[in-house]
Amino acid sequence: MSISIPPSTENNIKKLQPTGWLRYFSFSLDHKVIGLQYLICGFIFYLIGGLLAGAIRIELTSPMSDFMARDVYNQVLTLHGTIMIFLWIVPVVNGAFGNYLIPFYVGARDMAFPRLNAVAFWLIPPAGLMLISSYFINGAAQSGWTAYPPLSITTPAAGQIVWIISVLLLGGSSIFGGINFIATILKLRRPGLKLMQLPMYCWAMLGTSILVVLSTPVLAGTLILLSFDIVAHTGFFNPSLGGNVIVYQHLFWFYSHPAVYIMVLPAFGLVSEILPVHCRKPLFGYSTMVYSIMAIVILGLVVWAHHMFTSGTPPWMRLFFTIATAFIAVPTGIKFFNWVATLWGGRISLNSAILFSCGFIVNFVLGGITGVALAQVPFDVHVHDTYFVVAHFHYIVYGGSVFVIFSSIYHWYPKFTGKMLNETIGRIHFAITFIGFNLCFAPQHWLGLNGMPRRVAEYDPQFTFVNQISSFGALLMALSTLPFLWNIFYSTFKGKESGDNPWKALTPEWLTSSPPPVENWIGEAPLVTEPYGYGKKQETKNSPDSILEN
Amino acid sequence: MASTNAPIYDELFNVLFVIGTILFIGMTALVIYSLIQFRRKPGEEGDGLPIEDNLPLEIFWTAVPAVVILFVGLYSYDIYDRMGGMQILSNDMHSHHSISSQEKVWGGIGSSKQESNTSRDFPINVELTAMQFAFLFNYPKGEIISGELHVPVGQPITMRMESKDVIHAFWVPEFRLKQDVIPGQPTILNFTPTRTGRYPIICAELCGPYHGGMRSTVVVEEPEEYDAWFKKNSKQTEVEL
Repeated sequence: MSISIPPSTENNIKKLQPTGWLRYFSFSLDHKVIGLQYLICGFIFYLIGGLLAGAIRIELTSPMSDFMARDVYNQVLTLHGTIMIFLWIVPVVNGAFGNYLIPFYVGARDMAFPRLNAVAFWLIPPAGLMLISSYFINGAAQSGWTAYPPLSITTPAAGQIVWIISVLLLGGSSIFGGINFIATILKLRRPGLKLMQLPMYCWAMLGTSILVVLSTPVLAGTLILLSFDIVAHTGFFNPSLGGNVIVYQHLFWFYSHPAVYIMVLPAFGLVSEILPVHCRKPLFGYSTMVYSIMAIVILGLVVWAHHMFTSGTPPWMRLFFTIATAFIAVPTGIKFFNWVATLWGGRISLNSAILFSCGFIVNFVLGGITGVALAQVPFDVHVHDTYFVVAHFHYIVYGGSVFVIFSSIYHWYPKFTGKMLNETIGRIHFAITFIGFNLCFAPQHWLGLNGMPRRVAEYDPQFTFVNQISSFGALLMALSTLPFLWNIFYSTFKGKESGDNPWKALTPEWLTSSPPPVENWIGEAPLVTEPYGYGKKQETKNSPDSILEN
Repeated sequence: MASTNAPIYDELFNVLFVIGTILFIGMTALVIYSLIQFRRKPGEEGDGLPIEDNLPLEIFWTAVPAVVILFVGLYSYDIYDRMGGMQILSNDMHSHHSISSQEKVWGGIGSSKQESNTSRDFPINVELTAMQFAFLFNYPKGEIISGELHVPVGQPITMRMESKDVIHAFWVPEFRLKQDVIPGQPTILNFTPTRTGRYPIICAELCGPYHGGMRSTVVVEEPEEYDAWFKKNSKQTEVEL
């Protein structure tokens, strides 16, 4: 049985592409190159977004607005949010790991549409550079990443328009990626491989891509209408021309709440790949995990108005969205119990990958609990738009998604490079990140409950000390990047050789050389029907190759 | 605890806090215990137990969160109702402030259910106008326009709010109340202050460069002090309170 994908014409094109380090700067069609392009590009934007976060935390060490001009502060917080969401987490958990892993997991030689894949990546750097350059030209957007009108209509137009164009390009990139993942997972599966035998990350990416394809166009349409209001003085969202600002909020959150799941569902998938390998146990409750993902996808589409409990929202709507939101905790809870059950009774290697994954579990549980609390209308009307919400969503997107990104880098680095990362430095990186993160964001719950609103450059002096603790945590988070970067660079050149499969993992990406050849396998792709078959058939077959023979 | 809302809110907060703490500590303890108990000891080879699923266990940990969520949901509905969240529309119908029946007004949460035991039968009407970067309070009865909100303790207040420019939010942390102030879409907030004092009013919705400085004060005072303030500032010489 032969794999006929991609067709032979693509093969010839690939042979013409550069093969050395230059390929990472080329319009490569190789999914592994594109995956790493996403990862490295995303990480550069993470460093920029982190510098902006640092500027915010420096401003907030004192209750006065004294570090930067007030409008600059609003530009900085807008850029920080936009960069971290659209240029770091979304492209990395979807684009980077999705591109690298999905073709392996379905037994294909590349994504379904390699050119569309490359286009999707190459939309990102220009969009990101444009967004950042708007700061130096005429001031960046300053209405927050939510860009609520009428504020976004009344602030300087140039920056807001550049922001809209950037987000439209990034949304386009995301839609291209989503279509590609759906097609690859459903149509390029190796003959003989059933859907319910796929590694969990495939299911997470399938669910995420459905959300991307359904909801991102709504954001695009909304932002186009908003740009008409700014440029052509139409009145869709401009109340002085008869427009309605609440309609914008509904349309915006129809995308932007699912966007949270676009950031965390792939992370759930990645954790489900990492835990079994290092615990040497099958992933607990495979089928309930699949159903939970799909339940989260469906529920995730009908919870958006919980961001609007203090806007004009009728009582029935508040109740409906409270119930829908709170019930997301059930499928999410199942996943967390299943991960703990995967740890239970394992032979856990306490390495950096597992530490970051367990850090994710602990952080995300806290973020999930505050999320259920925030879903309750009477609770939300007090803490909405305060630092409590800031703490909550950083526990979700940083404590959740970013911890998983680090865990994934520690796990797949040997696959990417054929070298091992230094474990000692990795554990130091984890310790500083975990302590810094919790020191930065845990006190912010208290700030919000006690009366500090979000997105302010100045605040009541009684909050000074707690803000300084938070800023100190942010400093630790910034410092934690240093051992990580050192580890990456040092190991790339002088790291220990890893061999093809240092973790003795059973998922298909490890059943080839590290780094893998173009087209992934010499010869036929292996049929892996039990990607989590740890502990089984130990008596007779010990090497992963045994799976190949089945 | 400066409004009728606040103790109800704090009751809800305490329940959520206890449930949340138990869940968080429980999960964290499970993770840490697993990492210590099931760590790979030196010299250990081989895999863990090939346990793939356990249906009763999975049903258990689907059912328990579902029951907890259901309890929290019903409880918070009760809290919402006690805060007057479900009452807004019916209140509007026989309220005595100047809203024409055609005008669409969206209500914020606010305590209005509690029977007023003061001499005044009807809530005091205040009109809030928000603009970059200030709150203005208009008392239609006395033609007073004030930068501070003065209210007598124990008296229900009905505040009609509208913004002149961008979206703002009226937030009094001590009252545990927040409602967006929206241009082109009036909103209503009902509340009853229960403790005298001066409490900050904070704008909670990003509204421009001076958003962080957009603050005011609500002065909750004894009815006599309030009447004195009202008489002193009223433009009408004879005002029926």
